[in-house]
Amino acid sequence: MKKRKKVEEMFFRILSGIASYSLIVILCFIILIIFIKGFNALSLDMIFKTPKGGYYYGGEGGVLNAIVGSLYIAFGATFIAIIIGMPAALYINVHLIRYRRTQNTIRYFLDALWGIPSIVYGAFGFTLMLFLGMNASLLAGIITVALLITPIVIRTFDEVLSTIPKGLHEASLALGSTRAEMAFKVMFKQGFSGFITAVLLAFGRGIGDAASVLFTAGYTDLIPTNLDEPAATLPLAIFFQLSSPIPEVRERAYAAAAILTIIILIISLTARGFSKKYSKLNIK
Amino acid sequence: MNTIITETLTEQLRIIPELKQKKQASILQIKNLNVWAKNHHILKNINLEIPKNSITVLLGPSGCGKTTLLKSINKLTDLYKELKVSGQIFIENDDILNTNKNIPLIRQKMGLLSQKPYPLPVSIYKNVAYGIKLKGIKDKKLINYQVEIKLKEVGLWNEVKNRLHNSPDSLSIGQQQRLCLARGLAVKPYIILADEPTSALDPVSSKIIENLFRELKKYYTIILVTHILRQAQRLADNVVFMNYGEILEQGNADEVFKNPRTSQMKEYMIDGN
Repeated sequence: MKKRKKVEEMFFRILSGIASYSLIVILCFIILIIFIKGFNALSLDMIFKTPKGGYYYGGEGGVLNAIVGSLYIAFGATFIAIIIGMPAALYINVHLIRYRRTQNTIRYFLDALWGIPSIVYGAFGFTLMLFLGMNASLLAGIITVALLITPIVIRTFDEVLSTIPKGLHEASLALGSTRAEMAFKVMFKQGFSGFITAVLLAFGRGIGDAASVLFTAGYTDLIPTNLDEPAATLPLAIFFQLSSPIPEVRERAYAAAAILTIIILIISLTARGFSKKYSKLNIK
Repeated sequence: MNTIITETLTEQLRIIPELKQKKQASILQIKNLNVWAKNHHILKNINLEIPKNSITVLLGPSGCGKTTLLKSINKLTDLYKELKVSGQIFIENDDILNTNKNIPLIRQKMGLLSQKPYPLPVSIYKNVAYGIKLKGIKDKKLINYQVEIKLKEVGLWNEVKNRLHNSPDSLSIGQQQRLCLARGLAVKPYIILADEPTSALDPVSSKIIENLFRELKKYYTIILVTHILRQAQRLADNVVFMNYGEILEQGNADEVFKNPRTSQMKEYMIDGN
């Protein structure tokens, strides 16, 4: 009997080990492929120059336009998503604490919004844009991506806030805090790591999404200087170049993908570091 | 519904003359308090007076409504939609159940100590300073001074003075409980509501809390919820024995413990000892 338990234990250990490590291996593999394929095209020019004439046929230049455009859109949209999402998540968990049914209805709708494919947001953004008489522009792109990622911010942050024990609510209210004080001084701090995760997830989704910006942000070889100018984005730069028949251009697509990956890595590492420093007090 | 109203009226007529005589001594009066959770009648017609500067122990088996009674006193029942509260609770002649006054200000008259300590997600120092700042004190020196005083009041100062800016996670549960007490005292309450404050603690930490209560009753009125008979016997000046949402016995601790009138109390005392 003992032997059987041992074998069982071993079996499940190996099984879950394979499940976890194979995922990491696949991730490394993807990154490796991107870097190997894009290595030849990866250069400083690629990062610091905008496309010159004939770039898409193998001419000189880089994807600075798309890097800047993507950063503008992702930061802008994340900013809007935080402004809307943070108070919304706190509201669900502070003011609606008595109304479990309302809470769950809101969560249900947000989950549905999260699940909607981004092309639908793109189409909606496009309709909205036409309705408002706007052109494909940085602003339209930011608004559409913000719509796409706000549910992510709210639900991810909300998920962490909802695990905060009721005892902490009661403790802070019993001290005589107002609900606002409780929300921002207690709940926000307690759920800070969840907030950072929420923002990172949203940012990653926002910067990497092609479908929502396809119609709304447009595409241009110039760096936008104004909100009503169109903006290029990295996912679209990858898409256009990858569909080229010229091998060098396809290589550049992988280089652009590598740049996108590096941007996401840098931002997530900084945010993690920042969150650690801010939320963990030094324990001696 | 009608029977409740007539019951309420007779209760009121019976209790008002008594109240007038004792007005000076009691700090909190509860009249005809009823709490329902949907169809479940949790607290049934509670009438209670809490004498000043003493320890009143709410004693009774689990699920008898002690904690609900405590939560109605500082209006934490508001957090639960399904709870319906009726009746009156007077603190300093203010009926806090039926008032338009600012609820946070009412809650500041009472400090709550829960079963498990819930330190705020900030440093030890800031936990206490939080309470002080809620009172509108902004001067840093004054806050520093008060933090020290409050931590000394709960006997925690010497243990934490070198790590005030660390997380409370580094403290033991007993120390965290005292930190929460210090935080509660920082808002300068009159009353301390303690909901089985030693249930998560080891015997040594429990003893420290019990000794603290004996000390603190000189300055505060303490309402202690417990199901531990021995603890009640050690601490209580007054006892309120509850069962199934009703007060079965109340009065001076020595008298109640010596001559329990109801069979439930007698049984509880035999089982508890």
